[in-house]
Amino acid sequence: MAVDPIEQFQIHNLFPILKIGHTDIAFTNSAAFMLAAVAGITAFLVIGTAKRSLVPSRLQSAAEIAYEFVATTVRSTAGHEGMRFFPFVFTIFMFVLTLNIFGLVPYAFTVTSHIIITAALAITVFLTVLIYGLYRHGLHFFNLFVPKGVPVYILPLIVAIEILSFVSRPISHSVRLFANMLAGHITLQVFASFIILMGGAMGAIGWAGGALPFAMIVVLMALEALVAFLQAYVFAILTCIYLNDAIHPGH
Amino acid sequence: MADGTRGAGDRKEPPDDEAALSARLRRLGQRLDNAGRPSENVTDPRSAAKASAYARGFRMSTELVAGVVVGALIGWLLDRWLGLSPWGLIVFLLLGFAAGVLNVMRAAGVVRERDLND
Repeated sequence: MAVDPIEQFQIHNLFPILKIGHTDIAFTNSAAFMLAAVAGITAFLVIGTAKRSLVPSRLQSAAEIAYEFVATTVRSTAGHEGMRFFPFVFTIFMFVLTLNIFGLVPYAFTVTSHIIITAALAITVFLTVLIYGLYRHGLHFFNLFVPKGVPVYILPLIVAIEILSFVSRPISHSVRLFANMLAGHITLQVFASFIILMGGAMGAIGWAGGALPFAMIVVLMALEALVAFLQAYVFAILTCIYLNDAIHPGH
Repeated sequence: MADGTRGAGDRKEPPDDEAALSARLRRLGQRLDNAGRPSENVTDPRSAAKASAYARGFRMSTELVAGVVVGALIGWLLDRWLGLSPWGLIVFLLLGFAAGVLNVMRAAGVVRERDLND
């Protein structure tokens, strides 16, 4: 009775949508969870802000906390001008956070444990920075790669390093979230499989011994809940830091 | 410390008239403004760097690896397209490593994010 810890990340086609050439485009479990996340966020914010009472209800209070939290993050890292990107950052933060939290529900699918999702988000951020930076500052944007006060003879080297550092951002940005979620969920699955393996192999003693990995799962679950929030926050704050470069390239 | 929303006299005679109430409201608004402002300037104590040692360590390692991976990828592609092998890989791997170290130093706050420039 081997338990495959990778099985939980498999994508299933729920129903086909259309077919282009030989490529099936199907509605997958991943898409279903993303849709559920969007619906959940929308419901949370629409219902939360519907009454707009002076003394907020719990839901309204939660919606306000989410808003304030992201707004503070954006202001402290990208300044007041960064607030024009607030909808973007808020969307990313809520989307990632909701998907991470949905992933914690047993039997649920963790969308953010697929690098294609996190990479798509990170590349969106990267292109936003690049396009907005060029639109706003024109070619001055490339001053980002030319630090002031560097002797001319090592400047080409520094510029090459700066460009590589800039290009490596979407990779570290996406891998961090993806790897955290993947590793956490594999760890959970492995510890959970210990219980079943022990119970299967040793009967009653095994099931009793299974209390140990079960205790571990409880602890890991708490850690994962923290990681789910923390990685969404880190993803959002790095988005802000990168956007800050587009708004104020140092020159 | 007197908070300004409630003067010393107000305690004896509660502000039941409109003028006193609106004055109090104005002072409260000012105080809220003052309370709200510093949070934008002072660095947020919940900054990503301090969030937790685990997240911090993870961030550092991915920053370093990303730099090296990008350098190796660019070098390898240049080798393939231009037939420079092995020089593209050698040069860009080294540059990528330097970029990774720069990323880590930025993430750790050893080098301030671009502020040295201006």
